Amino acid sequence: MSHDRPSRRAFLTRSLALGCSLAASPLVTPVSFAAAPWPNRLVVIILRGAMDGLDVVRPVGDPGFAGLRAGLRDGGAAAALDLNGFFALHPALGPLMPLWQAGEMSFVHAVSTPYRDKRSHFDGQDLLEAGTPDLSGAGARDGWLNRMLQQVPGVEAETSFALGHDDMLLTKGAAPVANWSPELGLSISPQAELLARQMMADDPLFRDALDEALMLSEQTEATPGGMAAMGGMDGGADMAGMAGNAAGAAPAGPRARQPHNAIARFAAERLRKDARIAAFSLGGFDTHLRQDLALPKALTRLADTILTLRAEMGVAWNKTAVVAMTEFGRTARANGSGGTDHGTGGAMLLAGGALRGGQVLGQWPGLRRADLYQGRDLMPTRDVRAHAGWLMRGLYGFDRGLIESTIFPGLDMGGDPGLLL
Amino acid sequence: MFDPQLAEIRFGCGLSPEVAPPVSVQDMLARLTGPDHAAARFPVEDFPQFRERMKRSAVHLKIRRSMRGTKAAEEARKAHQLEKKHARIAQGQWHAQRLLRRVWTADGLRERLTWFWADHFTAVGKTGNMRRAATPHVEAFIRPHVTGRFADLLRAAVTSPLMLHYLDQHRSMGPHSRRAQNRGGGAGLNENLAREVLELHTLGVKAPYAQADVRELAELFTGMYFDAQSGFKFRRDFAEPGPEQVLGRSYGGAKPSVSDIFAVLDDLAAHPATAAHVAQKLAVHFVADTPDPDLVARLTRVFVQTGGDLLAVTEALLTHPAAWAPALGNVKQPWEFMTSAARALAVPPTRFRGLKENQLRPLLHGPLVRMGQRWETPLGPDGWPEEDDAWITPQGLAARMGWAMVMPARLQPDLPDPRDFVRHALGDHAPGAVIFAAEAAETQREGVGLILSSPAFQRK
Repeated sequence: MSHDRPSRRAFLTRSLALGCSLAASPLVTPVSFAAAPWPNRLVVIILRGAMDGLDVVRPVGDPGFAGLRAGLRDGGAAAALDLNGFFALHPALGPLMPLWQAGEMSFVHAVSTPYRDKRSHFDGQDLLEAGTPDLSGAGARDGWLNRMLQQVPGVEAETSFALGHDDMLLTKGAAPVANWSPELGLSISPQAELLARQMMADDPLFRDALDEALMLSEQTEATPGGMAAMGGMDGGADMAGMAGNAAGAAPAGPRARQPHNAIARFAAERLRKDARIAAFSLGGFDTHLRQDLALPKALTRLADTILTLRAEMGVAWNKTAVVAMTEFGRTARANGSGGTDHGTGGAMLLAGGALRGGQVLGQWPGLRRADLYQGRDLMPTRDVRAHAGWLMRGLYGFDRGLIESTIFPGLDMGGDPGLLL
Repeated sequence: MFDPQLAEIRFGCGLSPEVAPPVSVQDMLARLTGPDHAAARFPVEDFPQFRERMKRSAVHLKIRRSMRGTKAAEEARKAHQLEKKHARIAQGQWHAQRLLRRVWTADGLRERLTWFWADHFTAVGKTGNMRRAATPHVEAFIRPHVTGRFADLLRAAVTSPLMLHYLDQHRSMGPHSRRAQNRGGGAGLNENLAREVLELHTLGVKAPYAQADVRELAELFTGMYFDAQSGFKFRRDFAEPGPEQVLGRSYGGAKPSVSDIFAVLDDLAAHPATAAHVAQKLAVHFVADTPDPDLVARLTRVFVQTGGDLLAVTEALLTHPAAWAPALGNVKQPWEFMTSAARALAVPPTRFRGLKENQLRPLLHGPLVRMGQRWETPLGPDGWPEEDDAWITPQGLAARMGWAMVMPARLQPDLPDPRDFVRHALGDHAPGAVIFAAEAAETQREGVGLILSSPAFQRK
């Protein structure tokens, strides 16, 4: 647990050594292009609540599908958007179809973490973010994204960002990762700022954090009403009543200010500059009840997020892979309340200009009763970590042995699924 | 040595303009061992009461399962939803009560020790109503033991239903247990609790124990179980027949018994590595991220000599010179920051009365989320981080300052004059720059906000 973490102080000292005069704030000192170890960007989105892969990427060509899904209103082939004749996309992801057509989006089906049987969100998410085979080892307290960063000499906090309020296991660990929530804009009067700086002048921990906070909040569009908005935002704002998106267009108007879009915009801005890694989570995928109402809201947020990233990143989008993954799938058969319960195999979504898109990858296990895991869930045919591992290998050139031993201990990456261009 | 204001800032809940600080270490200990006035004045639910909620939920669940598809099942589903909603609302009310305890107590050390030990034995509800169980769990299984023997605290914490639930102990079955034999496979051992008891609760991760000890302890732990009806209970049919070897000692025999589990817990409580581990954690939490080795050595010694008498260990802490170093050190955790600010503001006991859930949450829950300390939800069984730089990040500090600028006026409509408030909040520990800021601020609101934002207020 106790690694020697490169401290903020150490970073500041290095900045000074490089002769940067405004060393009080690391953000004044852009990490030079050479210092940034890679040109490629990786965005990891954790979809919390267990996304129903069978509803998102519908295997309409499987003879068992329609029967299993009869209990979902609007769960069938009718409204779905054809992908490749066998699979069809949930209509709420329709705004992403231009990405599919442009080869900037892929899906992987029938994947899962090694987590089995207990089907607890809590453990499932921990395992997804820890990237370990189980939660008993020491690795379970740091995240795979952080372990990846630990392999790279010269990583600075500004290389990677964890966004939002959620304390993410994914990015925890010895490597420095900057954390920020865009709506934390610190709007104080110039006088208060001056006085605060004076009060904190002798306390480096506070002084540096304040510098960086003021810098970051300057760079971030402030939430309307500034800190007065504090009361309303409660870690999970209500997203009800959102209208659909025009295909391929980033959300505009009031919707652009919703937290997930603000985060995506902030992430895009950082990734356009020095940051190479960003991670955050989207919730609302736990659809036990009336999935036809609940899932479109969550998927609209996901589509918005990806479209915002794409619109705001400019040419950097061409060097970007976004991976959206969830803790497990849901039951193959609809439950009695128009929803689905916790399952096993699920789907992951990949987007970005760096992708060899337009594919639904994975070995399809079928949906006959005997094909299902424990007679109830989509059978996972591959470890979701394998695809994350191949992305890292493709984007950043990590050695396969390192990925299989350190970043994702115990993983067999298997054959190259050909995710990237 | 002893300083009444430092006693409140470092070992209590902060300075109050209304409640007088203790006058001596003896006074602190007398308050600590006297009646629990704060708990009586601001009651929360005890675990036996909370179990009534669990019982009702269990009944609903049974109806749903046994009468699937019927109208009765649908009604039970609705009743269960309502039950969960009520528990969630209650959790918010206990949250307010726990804030008010810190605002009005004359015995801040008890709140601090309760928080420390609850964190040492972190337990988080994962599903359903258990997600609301942390406060009743702390009230029943932690708070009464903070001045007792460590062995009693360990036993209470480890056998708490919330702990068994959190670390999956109630799902762990011995491979040769009666249950496993009858089921013909599918039953299995879960090492989660056993590992954390050794690594976090007793010996500490650096202590000399091996995977084999974890495994054997996990086998010994099988049978620990809970249900809504009786709380903790021992299920012999889950238990692995012994004996098991833990740290070279043999426990149990062919016939499993809960007394063997209690025996190993007592031995672990008395282990010298446990004394050193607990001493280090206490010194880090109360004094400094890197504490004086002599302080740790003394706490270790007293722990060993008194057989883990936590009152004696606490007294040893309070009578060591390192504990009274005048420079403020550790950064307050968000909950400590928020409650000590509320204490300095003397937030009225009636402030939260009659508030609906959607009025209460933005006052208590939301700010803690933004500051990085979601109420009763640490990320792992190792609890909240102690390192100052885990909290004073750009976003953490921005959240604290944002709170300090806006929320005091909502908690205390009668906002004090910053020139008075700087003394309420910091006493004789107010640095010149903070006194200056209190006078030079543009508005009363920003003056109060700046005082609360100062390192002097955020450290203890």
